[in-house]
Amino acid sequence: MELADSALVAKARSGDAEAFRALVDRHSRGLFRLAFRMTGNETDAEDVVQESFLRAYRQLNKFDERAAFGTWLYRIAVNCALDLVRSRKRRPEQQLIDASLDDPWPSVKSNDPTPDRLALSGEFRERVAQAMDELSAAERAAFVLRHFEGLRIEEVSRVMGCQPGAAKHSVFRAVQKLRRALEPLVGAAK
Amino acid sequence: MTHPSQEELIFHYYGEGESRLAIEQHLDICDSCRLSYHSLERTLDRIEETPVPERGPGYEAQVWARLQPALRTGSRFRILAPPWRWAAAGFAFAALLVAAFLVGRSSQPPVQIVQTPVDSSARERALLLAVGNHLERSQMVLTELANANSRGPLDISFEQERAADLLDENRLYRQSAAGAGDAVMAAVLDELERTLLEIEHAPPRMSPAELNDLRTRLQAQSLLFKIRVLASTVQDQQEPTRQPL
Repeated sequence: MELADSALVAKARSGDAEAFRALVDRHSRGLFRLAFRMTGNETDAEDVVQESFLRAYRQLNKFDERAAFGTWLYRIAVNCALDLVRSRKRRPEQQLIDASLDDPWPSVKSNDPTPDRLALSGEFRERVAQAMDELSAAERAAFVLRHFEGLRIEEVSRVMGCQPGAAKHSVFRAVQKLRRALEPLVGAAK
Repeated sequence: MTHPSQEELIFHYYGEGESRLAIEQHLDICDSCRLSYHSLERTLDRIEETPVPERGPGYEAQVWARLQPALRTGSRFRILAPPWRWAAAGFAFAALLVAAFLVGRSSQPPVQIVQTPVDSSARERALLLAVGNHLERSQMVLTELANANSRGPLDISFEQERAADLLDENRLYRQSAAGAGDAVMAAVLDELERTLLEIEHAPPRMSPAELNDLRTRLQAQSLLFKIRVLASTVQDQQEPTRQPL
């Protein structure tokens, strides 16, 4: 029978390295998905996954067993991703999406692949990346957690360590900014 | 019902609105709201379509294989930077690293992982890189607050959480710097520590006046400037062999 996260955390705390490995196995893919949405870049997402697990390992003694391990880990990953995105912003030579690398979002699946839409899809992806980059740290985190991860506002606030009202407001501001940046393109492609 | 606000439409899209039925009914009869909602829907649906690259079947094993050495040495993931000038204070440093190790032992979970010998210069490089990262992350938190612009109370709980995380590291680095005789770094870290502490214990919703007060104090201390200079010095020492992120 598969052990619950809480049981694995308890074992890891008492010196069981395999238990920590089981947590890594269980959460790696979800963490990568979150990290990629936050950073927009595969290599950075991989770094965030590694850094998050390392921070989690170092802070296992701080983990409150009444909380969900996944939520706690997401919180660490969000902070790691924001650190990375912010440090990259301070180095303008490193773009969120490096056009010279393989397209990190290789194919846009669509139920209605009209020629116009296909022609605009590359530009749209680039504009999404740019628009995401314009969001503040809290807006970016809240939007990724709500929109891509499908977390409800209560859960978003738990991951971000803020009040639900603040999380909701961050999502709202993020959507407003993204709309302003992207709606003209969506209108053009419909 | 009156026209729903943009916020209500957004959370209606996410299925979290409080008056879903009323909004549905309103959208049936109000052309302008329906148009606005469909436009919102199309935009958010398109964003949703951007896919995440698939990971291969052995991904979990790869993560673990990459993670294990870092767990062994306690170092960060990024490639280690070149030696720094603290190498001259090698003896004092080694003593501090032992102290840091002991602190770490008392606060970390005792996962049994085989220790491998790591030369002292690698430890120094690891510490240099860690200090650089720490300064950069601290600077980001302070900049975020210094640049915040709010007419009403500002929720800073997110920044407080980050300040609390940074405090633990800051104490260790400050003690290390003081022990190694780097008075300049120790002094900046000491100022930073007091400011982080202040942020951590501030009310989670900061009034514009309180925010302005904090901003004024940051400017008076020139703390951000000092951190930038220190971070830049540390980064310069890392540059020659630093690999891209």
